[in-house]
Amino acid sequence: MEMNVTRRTVLRGAGSLGALSALIAAGALKPAAVFAAEWNKGAFEARDSAGVLKSIGAESATENNKLVLKVPDIAENGAVVPVEVVSGIPNTTSIAILVEKNPLPLSAYFDFSNGALPEVAVRLKLGQTSLIKAVAKADGKFFIAQKEVKVTVGGCGG
Amino acid sequence: MSDPMKIRAKMNGDVAEIRVLMGHPMETGQRKDAAGKPIPPHFIQSMTVEVGGKMIVDGQIGTSVSRNPVFGFKMKGAKSGDKVVISWVDNKGDKRSDSVAIA
Repeated sequence: MEMNVTRRTVLRGAGSLGALSALIAAGALKPAAVFAAEWNKGAFEARDSAGVLKSIGAESATENNKLVLKVPDIAENGAVVPVEVVSGIPNTTSIAILVEKNPLPLSAYFDFSNGALPEVAVRLKLGQTSLIKAVAKADGKFFIAQKEVKVTVGGCGG
Repeated sequence: MSDPMKIRAKMNGDVAEIRVLMGHPMETGQRKDAAGKPIPPHFIQSMTVEVGGKMIVDGQIGTSVSRNPVFGFKMKGAKSGDKVVISWVDNKGDKRSDSVAIA
């Protein structure tokens, strides 16, 4: 996370295209990745949700009923479980989604800008019945909502 | 070479609704093949959505996202005809970018 912040600050601060090109030439940035966040390896490779929350700086996230998590109560097919997160918390800029019982719980992390509404619909794999956790970041604070999905056929084995 | 993404983008009142399907195996690295050998992970790690030349969504993706990922996003401030560009990069460095105009 720290690294991302630094990298973005560098990009914003670079100001001129020339400075950016110099960074690219120096090998500090890959052209294809200039506009994308660095993949947060620590968070995506954390093996439990506590580890994920810590890696994204959200260990003190508080519950908030304006963060709405829509999941089915029961999923017959754990390989394709529709999950929707809508944040009604003002100034939400990021949403993360975790599947607590998956071997690597962090499923996705989105940053929103330039008019994007802080909401996302995805389809996730669930290895077994699990809590789904949605985390929203707004004004530097973290909020969390969670719901259980019962899985009748797991989505990670077959 | 991966299949082109299927992107649908349309205005619903003043909100642009964008939906994308990416053709990708999203292999987790947890599975084994018929001979019992582990299948290496192969999954999309990053995706971005740009509308009218500005990035609106910068996403990082893990192995729990389903095979042939589907994402839905919404934005305000776009109009019919604006160009939507969606790109992804996977953990092997494969990448793909496709675009549509908002209907």
